[in-house]
Amino acid sequence: MKHLLALVSGLIFGAGLTVSQMVDPQKVLNFLDISGNWDPSLIFVMGAGLAVFGLAYFLVIKNRKTAIFGAAITLSNPAGINRPLLIGAAIFGLGWGISGICPGPAVANISGGDPKIAVFVVMMLVGMKASDFLKKRKL
Amino acid sequence: MTEFTPATAAIGGAMIGLSAVILLLFNGKIAGISGIFNSCFTKKGLALSWRLLFLVGIIVGPIIASFFGFSLPQSIDASWLVMAVAGLLVGFGSNLGNGCTSGHGICGMGRLSPRSIVATLVFMAVALITVFVIRHLIGGLS
Repeated sequence: MKHLLALVSGLIFGAGLTVSQMVDPQKVLNFLDISGNWDPSLIFVMGAGLAVFGLAYFLVIKNRKTAIFGAAITLSNPAGINRPLLIGAAIFGLGWGISGICPGPAVANISGGDPKIAVFVVMMLVGMKASDFLKKRKL
Repeated sequence: MTEFTPATAAIGGAMIGLSAVILLLFNGKIAGISGIFNSCFTKKGLALSWRLLFLVGIIVGPIIASFFGFSLPQSIDASWLVMAVAGLLVGFGSNLGNGCTSGHGICGMGRLSPRSIVATLVFMAVALITVFVIRHLIGGLS
């Protein structure tokens, strides 16, 4: 069941990215281009996503000790606001700003078959492994 | 130019939120794509895990959406070089910062995590500045 739910969750995520058009880099770049032909649509993606997740989290999930299938509820790490967080977010924002593509839409675009997406996804993995390598050496 | 599409944007956004609720409520996991993607390629390899199934879902989800008239972009305008560099930066940065638009932007912000709020503000600000510089100061990337 745990695996089936993960698949269902992924399907809804991928379909949601497509319905909202976050999968279209031009749509994302036009959202980020406030002083140009601004397309504010993606505010509604984030707003609706936050509303649904936030409500469910504070009304239901937060009061639970474990998930429905018994696993512990793992939230992200307890480290405070530190340098890796700030530097990482800035580097991510730079890559997102030049391409209009973040990890979810990169994966969702795979079935479109454009080889440029394959390049992005492979390089994204290379970047992640490079970051893992640096983290291990505490650089 | 892209059209302003608040209705489909909100519906799609609500679906993304719902997806994250399902993963956390039933499985206890945060729907952070960068972390899930990276973990799929670890020593345990591509063993059939919930992570791999979640990613398969993201790949197949757009095909299901296409039955309802929603499609992936026809082509990617960015050059090969831009795609390679951007992919590298997105992978490196999201891993170093422990999250991307989904993990920090929806799940972290949704539960009011200070770390995620700060991370989201930083990557949004840098992305806005990057687009401004590229489109309005440089005049586009070739």
